[in-house]
Amino acid sequence: MEVNEVFEKVKTLFEEELGIDSEKINMDAKLEEDLEIDSLGIVEVVMAFEDEFEIEIDDEELTDVGTVGQAVNLLHSKL
Amino acid sequence: MTKQRVVVTGLGTINPLGNNVSDTWKNLVGGVSGVDYITLFDTSDLPVTFAGEVKNFDANEYMGKQNARKLDRSGHLSIFAAEEAIQDAGFDLSKPLGEDFGIVFGTGIGGIGATEDAVRVYDERGSTRISPLAITQLMPNSSTGQVAIKYGIQGPSLTITTACAASANAIGEAKRMIEQNIVDKVLVGGTESGTTSMTIGAFAQIKALSKQNDEPQKACKPFDKNRDGFVMAEGSTVLILESESSAKDRDAEVYGYISGYGSSTDAYHITAPSEGGVGALRAMEKAISNADISNKKIDYINAHGTSTPANDLNETLAIKSLMNDYAYEVNISSTKSMTGHLLGGGGAFEAMASLLAMKNNQIPPTINLNDSDEDCDLNYTANHSVDKNIDHVMSNSFGFGGHNAVLIFSKQ
Repeated sequence: MEVNEVFEKVKTLFEEELGIDSEKINMDAKLEEDLEIDSLGIVEVVMAFEDEFEIEIDDEELTDVGTVGQAVNLLHSKL
Repeated sequence: MTKQRVVVTGLGTINPLGNNVSDTWKNLVGGVSGVDYITLFDTSDLPVTFAGEVKNFDANEYMGKQNARKLDRSGHLSIFAAEEAIQDAGFDLSKPLGEDFGIVFGTGIGGIGATEDAVRVYDERGSTRISPLAITQLMPNSSTGQVAIKYGIQGPSLTITTACAASANAIGEAKRMIEQNIVDKVLVGGTESGTTSMTIGAFAQIKALSKQNDEPQKACKPFDKNRDGFVMAEGSTVLILESESSAKDRDAEVYGYISGYGSSTDAYHITAPSEGGVGALRAMEKAISNADISNKKIDYINAHGTSTPANDLNETLAIKSLMNDYAYEVNISSTKSMTGHLLGGGGAFEAMASLLAMKNNQIPPTINLNDSDEDCDLNYTANHSVDKNIDHVMSNSFGFGGHNAVLIFSKQ
């Protein structure tokens, strides 16, 4: 799967599952500041990723994930 | 420091009769039933298919999906009712209410719907798929915390869970907080959205619910000979309580005084009221004593009046013991005949109904009261509202667990 395909899937997930305004979602968007995803929301995001991409994400892998782009790259590397 | 008198300066509500105070009042005095067939979930496997649901409310539309997802339905209703009450009291919604404001909420079963959802997910998909929002949705203090966050309430907070007496206790405890100068304004609410398949099934198992599925609007008939149980309902009502001096300082419009509060415990049975309503009677006596008035000054009693055989009989007996001959004169009504039973949200709703009755000098009726029960022979204001000058109202709320909370509202 190409990076842009992963991004499109992530965008759809954020929009449909979490109710985030699609206009805010781009590769540079910060999860906390821009998309208002708090610590509980991050857990939801991870669960949604795991279900959608049929992967498992460990907590340690999330340490450096602060933007949509970083999340997309992490997912891309695991597929 | 002198003891502060406590006034109500704001009201807000969302309930089966309306999504604001004025629609609700119009329907209360019009004798309209808010009960109908359940639309929120499939009732085909349930012995009861009707309830008092909130209508025309979409939480996603009201607060946006991203916010709505974080709350259980009882929380959505609390945020909505609080907005109307805060505005009604004349506070600016764009500014935090701050540390001069306390918050007390009452609920019977909190986010029970979220609990049910989480259990289903656990059973079907295991613990790692449970929503991280489950705990914060299901905890009974969810509405207290979420309303405080939304409107910036930073004073003391409490959540009271004395079943169907919860939000009457909440008002009473908030009254004490103001009287004792702990804080001079308290947002008090009652909320419930326990109308779920499991709770309907569970309440039906203990024979508490009416099963008159053929005519939902007529099922709740407090004090009627053919009453066969209560009708589940959902909703939230919020009151702004304030010290008289605080209200005067801001020239706030006042609905009335909260002049009396009494509470007691049956210590008898977990669901059945104590024989002769002696536990309820103790709470009524304490409330009247706290208001420092005589029994005959009460012009209207907003009864607990659930439409269960046991409640309505024992409440009637308790009122007779309290008032003797005057019991046959005083106007009594059960607004639950129209709303259904809001459980933990009932006390706050009925406080609002009592205050509006006093302000408008109009007593809402007990609807569906057509066949008199020889043991329930008081003046229940059957089927039509009554115009009458009202100076003092007593509102009764009793809960499973044997909890009794009684409030007195006064014009002066």
